Amino acid sequence: MAGFVLQRLFQSLLILLGVSIITFVLLYWLPADPVRQIAGRSATPQTVENIRQQLGLDQPLWAQYWRYLTGLVQGDLGRSYLQKTEVSTLIASRLPASLLLMAGAIFAELLIGLSMGIIAALRRGTTTDQSLMIISFIGVSAPQFVVGLLLLYVFAVQLGWFPIGGYGTFSHLVLPSMTLGILGSGWYSRMMRSSMIEVLRQDYVRTARAKGLTRVRVTFRHALPNAILPIVAMIGIDIGIFMGGIVVVESVFGWPGIGQLAWQAIQRVDIPIIMGVTLVSATAIVIGNLLADLIGLLIDPRIRTR
Amino acid sequence: MANSASTDPDIPTTIEPGVIAQFARRKLALFGLFLVLMTLCAAIFAPWLTAFDPNEQMFDGLTLQGAPMPPGGQFVLGTDLLGRDLLTRILYGARTSLIIGVAANGLALLIGTIIGVTAGYFRGWVGSALMRMTDLMMAFPALLLAICLAAIFQPSLWIVALVIAIVYWVQTARVLYAETASLAQREFIAAERTLGAGHLRILLKHILPHLVPTIIVWGTLGISTTVLLEATLSFLGVGVQPPTPSWGNIIFENQTYFQAAPWLVFFPGLAIVTLALAFNLVGDALREILDPTQRGRD
Repeated sequence: MAGFVLQRLFQSLLILLGVSIITFVLLYWLPADPVRQIAGRSATPQTVENIRQQLGLDQPLWAQYWRYLTGLVQGDLGRSYLQKTEVSTLIASRLPASLLLMAGAIFAELLIGLSMGIIAALRRGTTTDQSLMIISFIGVSAPQFVVGLLLLYVFAVQLGWFPIGGYGTFSHLVLPSMTLGILGSGWYSRMMRSSMIEVLRQDYVRTARAKGLTRVRVTFRHALPNAILPIVAMIGIDIGIFMGGIVVVESVFGWPGIGQLAWQAIQRVDIPIIMGVTLVSATAIVIGNLLADLIGLLIDPRIRTR
Repeated sequence: MANSASTDPDIPTTIEPGVIAQFARRKLALFGLFLVLMTLCAAIFAPWLTAFDPNEQMFDGLTLQGAPMPPGGQFVLGTDLLGRDLLTRILYGARTSLIIGVAANGLALLIGTIIGVTAGYFRGWVGSALMRMTDLMMAFPALLLAICLAAIFQPSLWIVALVIAIVYWVQTARVLYAETASLAQREFIAAERTLGAGHLRILLKHILPHLVPTIIVWGTLGISTTVLLEATLSFLGVGVQPPTPSWGNIIFENQTYFQAAPWLVFFPGLAIVTLALAFNLVGDALREILDPTQRGRD
């Protein structure tokens, strides 16, 4: 098992190296010249050339990448072109907000998704089941910006229950979390439903019922833990979906996380920030996948023997 | 379609008789198909369904204060910030969504099939190199990558389709890789090889036909995902560019005004959800009907 973990860790590092190369090459090809953005419209050609040399952008691509990589292994993500701050400082100041949002989204999607799935499985074949499954279909078919704007309109503008945007208190967190989690709750409810149906069919559930335990006890003490386990392993994979989603959700709600940082950087061609956020996101995704594998390994002994 | 060769065992290929009958029994699937056909009609017959031009900024399309008109009256769904008829723009926007859904998803399906099948059939270093490439793609935050790509190229309808395909082929490739790898180990493939069949012949006549159900299912579900991706990119302003109407960019253009004119978000949003839902319903039904491992389950 230790060998498997080490091998996966090594693979993950290789993947991150690949991501850094691809992103670097892509951004190098960007038609918008970052130097012109920094220097401004009225800069003389001499100034432009000086800035280019200062940033090392006159060097060949491989030399630039090598310089970036040697910085990277020392934890240095470079300096923002426009904000004159270390990228690592910028990301560190924005990351807590994004992590909070993702934690809220995981809570929201599990709460909504799992309860919908459990109810649908217990009421299998009824109108309740069918309506819940239609709702889950709508959940996976709704783009986050539409959900976000609608939630804002109904619960913030019309009802005034939550603030229209911003960051700071618990009530600021509710609508963005629900928006980010809506897609996942659709998937989770469907997976929870089939997992629960599968478990309820097992012999040990019938045995527990035959022993005379109540239906409620059998459902919640015997069936539920086993039905939830395979689904818990999926949370790691969600991180990848969240990393894209935060760009949209943070821009709709004015949430000061790394999604907004990345979005602003893309608009202003601030390449070091785009690079940094992409790498941080890729790292989070790789860690999430790794966790999903490890949790799967821990809860299902059959995989362990492979 | 009958089995293409005598050596093929009795595993389901393509469309068996009865699939249409099974599909017709599912109310939700039929509802999904109905919504797809409605959208298709809206896209094709847009010029006849509305009296307005999608880009015409009408003088009477704004109130005296210069605000957009609410739904009702001459403008059924109201007008947008520039005094253009919203219903007209939504009808024409259906064209954008369907073109993206078919083109981007078709291209992603093509790339995914070629890479997945090649990797699964040849295994070895070709297979592992291709699969490591998909691992790499999976580590990218898809939306962030799409936004970067869309910002690099000047976005037009076809560039947006290309960007979405580049981001989206990975899932198909992974699914088809697993299926091809298990098919390639079956006896009937070994038998074909012993009989002297070349790789291309085996791939085209014996592997691909068995993958058709999976390709149909992923192709249908994928339209929904690509439609949502296009809407999101256009909402951020890096997708299909105005004045070409797209459901995403209608919301992008009018977003600042949405508190006062919520219909400018509500109706295009409803259109996006409806189309994505329609393809999800059809795709899910096809998955249950065509996927043999799903048979006998609820």
